[in-house]
Amino acid sequence: MQIPPALRYTKTHEWIFPDEHEAMVGITAHAQEELRDVVYVELPPLGKQVNQGEPVAVVESVKAAFDIYAPVSGTIVKTNAAVTQSPQVVNKDCYGEGWLFAIQPSRPSEVNTLMTADAYTKLITSEQPS
Amino acid sequence: MSELIFEKSVPGRRGYRLPAHDGPQRPLRDLLPAEHLRRQPPRLPEASELDVVRHYTRLSQRNFSVDTHFYPLGSCTMKYNPKLNDRIASWSRFADMHPLHPASCAQGLLRLLYELEQLLCEITGMHAFTLQPAAGAQGELTGLKMVRAYHRAKRQDRSTILIPDSAHGTNPASASLSGFQVMELKSNAHGLIDLAELRGRLSNDVAALMLTNPNTLGLFERDILAITALCHEHGALVYMDGANMNALLGLAKPGDMGVDLLQLNLHKTFSTPHGGGGPGAGPVGVSRSLEPFLPVPRVRKTGKRFVWDERGRRSIGRVHAFYGNVGVLVRAYIYIRTLGREGLERTGRAAILNANYLKARLADVFPVPFAGRCLHEFVVSLTPLKACGVTAWDVAKRLLDYGFYAPTVYFPLVVDEAFMIEPTETESRETLEAFANALRGIAQEARTNPELLRRAPHQLPVNRVDDVKAAREPNVRWTPSQVPVSNTSG
Amino acid sequence: MDYTPHTDADIQDMLQTIGVGSPEDLLAEIPQEVRCRSLNVPAGLSETEVLTLCEQLAASNRSMHEFASFLGFGAAHHAIPTIVDALSARGEWLTPYTPYQAEASQGTLQMIYEFQTMICELMGMEVANASLYDGASALAEAATLALRVTGRRRLLIGETVHPHYRQVVSTYVSGFPCVVQELPAASGVADLEALSAALNDDVAAVILQQPNVFGCLEPMEQAVAAAHQVGALGVASVSPISLGLLQPPGAYGADIATAEGRSLGSPVAYGGPGLGLLTTTQALLRKIPGRIAGCTVDQSGRRSFTLTLQTREQHIRREKATSNVCTNEGWLCLRATIFLSFLGPEGFRELAQLNAQKAHELHSRLVELGFMKPLFDQPFFHEFAMRCLNDHTVEEINRKLLRQGLIGGLPIGRWYPHHPDASLWCATETIAQTDIDRLIDALKRL
Repeated sequence: MQIPPALRYTKTHEWIFPDEHEAMVGITAHAQEELRDVVYVELPPLGKQVNQGEPVAVVESVKAAFDIYAPVSGTIVKTNAAVTQSPQVVNKDCYGEGWLFAIQPSRPSEVNTLMTADAYTKLITSEQPS
Repeated sequence: MSELIFEKSVPGRRGYRLPAHDGPQRPLRDLLPAEHLRRQPPRLPEASELDVVRHYTRLSQRNFSVDTHFYPLGSCTMKYNPKLNDRIASWSRFADMHPLHPASCAQGLLRLLYELEQLLCEITGMHAFTLQPAAGAQGELTGLKMVRAYHRAKRQDRSTILIPDSAHGTNPASASLSGFQVMELKSNAHGLIDLAELRGRLSNDVAALMLTNPNTLGLFERDILAITALCHEHGALVYMDGANMNALLGLAKPGDMGVDLLQLNLHKTFSTPHGGGGPGAGPVGVSRSLEPFLPVPRVRKTGKRFVWDERGRRSIGRVHAFYGNVGVLVRAYIYIRTLGREGLERTGRAAILNANYLKARLADVFPVPFAGRCLHEFVVSLTPLKACGVTAWDVAKRLLDYGFYAPTVYFPLVVDEAFMIEPTETESRETLEAFANALRGIAQEARTNPELLRRAPHQLPVNRVDDVKAAREPNVRWTPSQVPVSNTSG
Repeated sequence: MDYTPHTDADIQDMLQTIGVGSPEDLLAEIPQEVRCRSLNVPAGLSETEVLTLCEQLAASNRSMHEFASFLGFGAAHHAIPTIVDALSARGEWLTPYTPYQAEASQGTLQMIYEFQTMICELMGMEVANASLYDGASALAEAATLALRVTGRRRLLIGETVHPHYRQVVSTYVSGFPCVVQELPAASGVADLEALSAALNDDVAAVILQQPNVFGCLEPMEQAVAAAHQVGALGVASVSPISLGLLQPPGAYGADIATAEGRSLGSPVAYGGPGLGLLTTTQALLRKIPGRIAGCTVDQSGRRSFTLTLQTREQHIRREKATSNVCTNEGWLCLRATIFLSFLGPEGFRELAQLNAQKAHELHSRLVELGFMKPLFDQPFFHEFAMRCLNDHTVEEINRKLLRQGLIGGLPIGRWYPHHPDASLWCATETIAQTDIDRLIDALKRL
């Protein structure tokens, strides 16, 4: 499974691209596979102030709805209209075209509390049913 | 055949004929001012009587139902619905009654409702009942509003409801809608409430524990007396979701277990027809200390007469425009009077016998995750089929080909690939046997021909429905410009 | 008697398969302390005995077929075409449950899709769900929906909205941090100046009923426009039959329109079951409560139907669901769908017109009596309020009428103490000219 090394990860399966101005956020390949067919994405309004760990978006399949938590605190500065129009983009390219929103971090050091690709790999391996 | 009634419409065709106005005619402009008048008529179908009869008769034949198929939908108690009850409920002197009819013209109905309350009190061991909630979930809401009112009256502000992780989704939803926070209780290794976990969660912020007994795994909470005592020690009430009351009929009374409030689902336990989704009825029973908070109005007996009583200073108010789903209540009353005390107990016992029999017939094929003796339903896990690339959903679809409605799938959430099976007491041993054989056959097919299951059903009017398309591109009403999808292969 | 099929031999064989010795062993998990010691329920009855019992109960009821009833108040008597009873009695309609397995429930699902379409057409709205419990809880769900989508905390509701509906709304929203403010109505309809004064940017919705509880027609267009000016939603509770003649909520810009739909082919049944109709604009589709059927295709591309947008609902979203509602009123949806198909647009308009004709005839005959006077001078559809100016109370008059097989107008002093001498009168297509003649004669002879 793809887990790009340049990104940081949360226990709730979001990824974030560390950046001072526009840290892009999406869901991981693992989350996308668990969800199966994404049918709807609800994104936060631009300018919304969010705190680390707060639910800010929702990604839905036919039979499940997953809250997406802000990996870091900050302001929502961009949202990806492509995923609201064609939610399947999240399945096709979760680390690229299927990004969800971008945050301008207010506490840049928070990113250091997140997992590296190695740590995240270990997490999902341990979560696999034996 | 899936042509819509709108597509069969022919401009100018008529069905029903109304009588002509038999009084003096007034022109429309004398009746209503022009600014209030509708400018475009609704685009309803234009059809003859036979068009309508044939359309809805044929559509009905595209349904599975209790009358036509075994319907082992867990937690829904899809038992036989006696025809007698439908017949009596349709009598004009029950059906054509205005809710504000003078009480003197409704004494028979009022007596029936009063006696039904008494019967439900006796069956459940509760002190008083309201018949007003229109369904189980509205009963939960009513109960939880009463929990809030009870604590408020004691000048206590308790904001948390404890709910086991195996609970029906309506429980946490009702708690939120009543303004409570939900705290989930993890089930123990036996699938039951963990006393230590409960003790740890109880505090003076907990308003109530909301449990289901037997729970959604079909297991009786053996420690129920300790559970209710522990809650009461902490000043918390115990709300019981009575959706699974069928298992306890004539065998045990929630009131004797220390339960403070419960709702019954009359469309489950008391055999009123499910109607393709409703109407149901969700009466709520309470202990003596909660009676003042019941919704108004209440039916009272004064001497030999029955009347409505609108008073209730501490009542939570109304939850229904009138007195609840009376048409459903009439059926439940008849059902209870038909069964009587022996019939109720035989019903409870037979429901348990059928569930245990079916479980025994399946236990060697599918693991039963919690070992205890089940009551009216049980849950098996279909994880062994994962290795063949087959899911519980595929098995559910394949069962339809065998002429069985599917059990409840993927619930409760505490079991992976769950299949929740509730046969009910009205099914014969032969039917259970045929169902067990079908499931065993399907397990075999999963190994030999998994693709058959993944593409199932094959024998129904339509094959696997595309739920993803339905959710991505919602089409929830027809419009005349809509092009019909080709139906030739049907 | 009971409905279990087991013979003694069945029970023995089944116990053996289970691996227990006696039926009692199956109950081992229920502690002895809570086992039922007595059950004081009468002995069971045969079918014949049940019929006798129920005939005795029915004997002390009088139906609206026997007594001409002028009661409305959201539960007026309407005729039910025979085919509605005949078709809806089929077990294939009456005995399935929620169509979770779409492929085995195409009948119910297609019917709900047709129902949703017809209800949208009646209401002039874009989206309808598969029904809620009754008109009152549909309005309460509309109120919580408005609070949720606007994030605001104030509801303005006309005092001319059915008092029971207002009570249900306040029970439902009692768990929310919000204020319900009643809008005064001096002349029988909402006071638009008072409405403007009450509107601010914390108002989630303006809620009015059309026609209102007094039967009067509200200035819906102005009220909804005023609500929109401050970003609040316009919510209407309407009478479905009236929509054969009256402007539908979509035409005056309502964001949410609800109704009690029982009048579309189902009996009054002493007030329940009802049929809660809930319709909205497209913008609210993913926020509404209750089940929704959608049109899709199967694997072969054939049109098929399924429950959709289920992530809104309690069985998936649990405490974050848009509502706790699970059961709908599916069987009454069916009856409404058959009813509307059978009437068609022309029949539906004629039905509404017949109701208006009957009520206006009743109104003018009552006025001619001299001692009855309209409480308000407002246009009405099939119900209106009258004051009684002679020395009889409304209750006394009704007692006298009852002796002649007539159920008179509903006294409203209980809900509106400032109108102690007023009563509500309703006439539908079920009232014959001879019923009105009989009523007027009886009133003359008071």
